[in-house]
Amino acid sequence: MVIVNGVVIALLGAGVFFTLVGSIGLLRFPDFYTRLHATGKCDTLGGGLVILGGMIYHFFHYPETLLVPAKLAFLIFFIFIANPTATHAIMKAAYKTGVEPWRLGEERR
Amino acid sequence: MRLKEKRFGIFLTFCIMALFWVLLSGIFDAFHLISGLVCCAIVAILSHDLLVKGKSEKRLLKSLRLILYIPWELWQIVLANVDVAYRVLHPKMPIDPLIIEFETTLRGEFSLVTLANSITLTPGTITILVEPEKGKFWVHAIAKEPADALLVDQTMQRKVAHVFMETRVETETQEAFE
Repeated sequence: MVIVNGVVIALLGAGVFFTLVGSIGLLRFPDFYTRLHATGKCDTLGGGLVILGGMIYHFFHYPETLLVPAKLAFLIFFIFIANPTATHAIMKAAYKTGVEPWRLGEERR
Repeated sequence: MRLKEKRFGIFLTFCIMALFWVLLSGIFDAFHLISGLVCCAIVAILSHDLLVKGKSEKRLLKSLRLILYIPWELWQIVLANVDVAYRVLHPKMPIDPLIIEFETTLRGEFSLVTLANSITLTPGTITILVEPEKGKFWVHAIAKEPADALLVDQTMQRKVAHVFMETRVETETQEAFE
């Protein structure tokens, strides 16, 4: 159980770290497109790792309800499909409405 | 042949729906199972062409290759996150965004979606636009190295083309027929 808890804590910690990095990137990066780079990638893996941690915890502590980890696995699957698709949709909308991409040396917006 | 494809599509959709029903409900008495199966049958007949589209050869082999492709993709996602974390936390923020265009040999809807989502999830690149007729991609890259990975190495394009067996461009023959 100690090993399981350690693994779960490591997974949750890594997930929280990547989500935090995504938020910092959202604030630090200079324009619309680069900010989407930070959120679009970090939220996917961060959320996935947190859910994976919950899955492992539930699997070892409550082995009588195995359906819950299965449902959580579906959640991870759908997040990994929906997140890049949504990022791409926002990116396309910005590109089509003419948001200028930031180039190196310009002032941040 | 056409009818056989349609029946296979309905059957496959029905199986996936039934699997989902059983997993999500978790109640195994006769009433819930039968009502679930009836609902699955209705949904499968009405909307099978949303999930299983048209004719496609070697579906099993493609699925197998897709399953082998997923672990590589997951590793790329981890690399992408480490890359973004490095660029975010570095005091000087080493970014130099640019937009690149390139053409691929892919034409199928599912393969284009797979490549577009893979590009978005892998280090430093996000898909902006896709033109299905030419297999053309517009990609926003956060720095020069990720752009070169797509333009010069083309590892990902080759892997996706291998999965969906669309390594050759078949536009010439199609144009000849039209």
